[in-house]
Amino acid sequence: MKATDQFFQDVSPRDKPGLATIIKTYFMRHAQVFFYSLGQLWRTPFSLFMTAAVIAIALALPTGLHLLLENAQALSGGWDGAAKVSLFLKKSASEQQAEQLRNKIRKMPEIAEVEFISRDKGLADFKARTGYGDAITALDENPIPHLIVVTPKLQHSDAQQLEALAKQFREISQVEFVQLDQEWVQRLYAIMDIVSQGVLILGIMISIAVLLVVGNTIRLAIQNRRDEIVIVKLIGGTDAFIRRPFLYTGFWYGLIGGVMALILVFIALWLMNGPVEKLAGLYQTPFSLHKMDIGTITIVLALSIGLGLGGSWIAVGRHLRDIEPR
Amino acid sequence: MINFIQACKRYPGSQDALSNVSFELGEGEMAFLTGHSGAGKSTLLKLIALIERTTRGQVLVNGENTAKVKRRRIPYFRRKIGIIFQDHQLLFDRTVYDNVALPLIIDGQPPREIARRTRAALDKVGLLSREKSFPITLSGGEQQRVGIARAVVNKPPLLLADEPTGNLDPELSWEIMQIFEQFRQVGVTVLVASHDLDMIQRMGHRILALKQGQLIGDTANAA
Repeated sequence: MKATDQFFQDVSPRDKPGLATIIKTYFMRHAQVFFYSLGQLWRTPFSLFMTAAVIAIALALPTGLHLLLENAQALSGGWDGAAKVSLFLKKSASEQQAEQLRNKIRKMPEIAEVEFISRDKGLADFKARTGYGDAITALDENPIPHLIVVTPKLQHSDAQQLEALAKQFREISQVEFVQLDQEWVQRLYAIMDIVSQGVLILGIMISIAVLLVVGNTIRLAIQNRRDEIVIVKLIGGTDAFIRRPFLYTGFWYGLIGGVMALILVFIALWLMNGPVEKLAGLYQTPFSLHKMDIGTITIVLALSIGLGLGGSWIAVGRHLRDIEPR
Repeated sequence: MINFIQACKRYPGSQDALSNVSFELGEGEMAFLTGHSGAGKSTLLKLIALIERTTRGQVLVNGENTAKVKRRRIPYFRRKIGIIFQDHQLLFDRTVYDNVALPLIIDGQPPREIARRTRAALDKVGLLSREKSFPITLSGGEQQRVGIARAVVNKPPLLLADEPTGNLDPELSWEIMQIFEQFRQVGVTVLVASHDLDMIQRMGHRILALKQGQLIGDTANAA
């Protein structure tokens, strides 16, 4: 080429850009597209709001249920999974006899742990944990017997073995009454397991729905910009270049939808906290709903952004190939 | 620069759009492609730009066999070709400047280079003062010049134009042709499809004539 021509001197690259410039330019372009795609969404705030609200409501549902479940678990947190056998001793049994009995049980091979709760300690616990402290003090005498709580080893915890153990304990002379603590706790945990599984399944189904909503929105965006895609392909735009704004659009839908979901859950918790505190107050327990922790917030945002990106990725992958210059 | 070796193109369910076309266009050469509509002018250009692929025969562009260019490589292949369309193919939601800068942005050029080269290209087609305008506010001839600026901003060694003056009056057409002529003078290979025989003959360059998919005339051979 004739170097004398002014024009081609002007449009020629002046010097080859270094690696640093190339990398800097690359990231700058990404940042530009990142904000450009937000700007594009902002131009049609109503449709942005509609799509983001669909995502938000969809994600708020499993998030809210998950938090309620977590609260229920926290409420029942004192009861752990292992079955326990409570031995209520006769009033006539002395503290010394009780301790002897405890030591004897502790030596049994199928026992993991034995806890002795004396009458005095039991009374103190009762006062602290329930709302009937005032009523108890009105009594002349401590109505609570000595209590030995036996935790069998896990391999001895199934229903039949527990029953056999209980039978053995009932034959001890100082024992007034043997109670198996396990059944209703196990039932409660089983129910919670089912609910938790249900929340998980609901979450997965809703995630797929969000994926499809974003995918469909991006599909429409691609159709709307069909001409532009053809032009960019004609002048040498790679698939990655064309894909980029749509992926960032999906990212923004996910982020905005996720933030809105968190706000919805936050409002719901705030509305429910008043009545819950009132109810707890009636039982004289200081319980209030757990707020969302950083972990939950991170997961919800990561999930919604991931779904936004994933949905747009699917749409872009499906439809970009179909659009070719003719 | 361009080498057709018995190239054929058949669209499914129809006759050959091009059959046994062979010619060679050297570097820095300028040629016109003529023929009635449907003669295969657009198809021939599409084979060069890899918008379509040959059914039989070979098309070599810049020493590269187009049949061997994988789908993934097509964008990089196209960056070495400036294409100008009858209907301009501009992005109407972006300014003239942004339209012309697009090939450089796609190519990942640093911003300062983009600004300099985009302005140079706009200056070349006489539209530097309209850089902030939107294409819709420009006349047909001006829009076509924006299209040309975009095609050459990346300094491609090959320029293809499909009926670039199809919608323009003779005077504007002549201006556009003079711009092409200037590119030829600096070593760009230029291939223009047009049915404006009067103007083509005035330009005095090589003419390739197509009829029903066959090359029926080539002034380079006649001479």
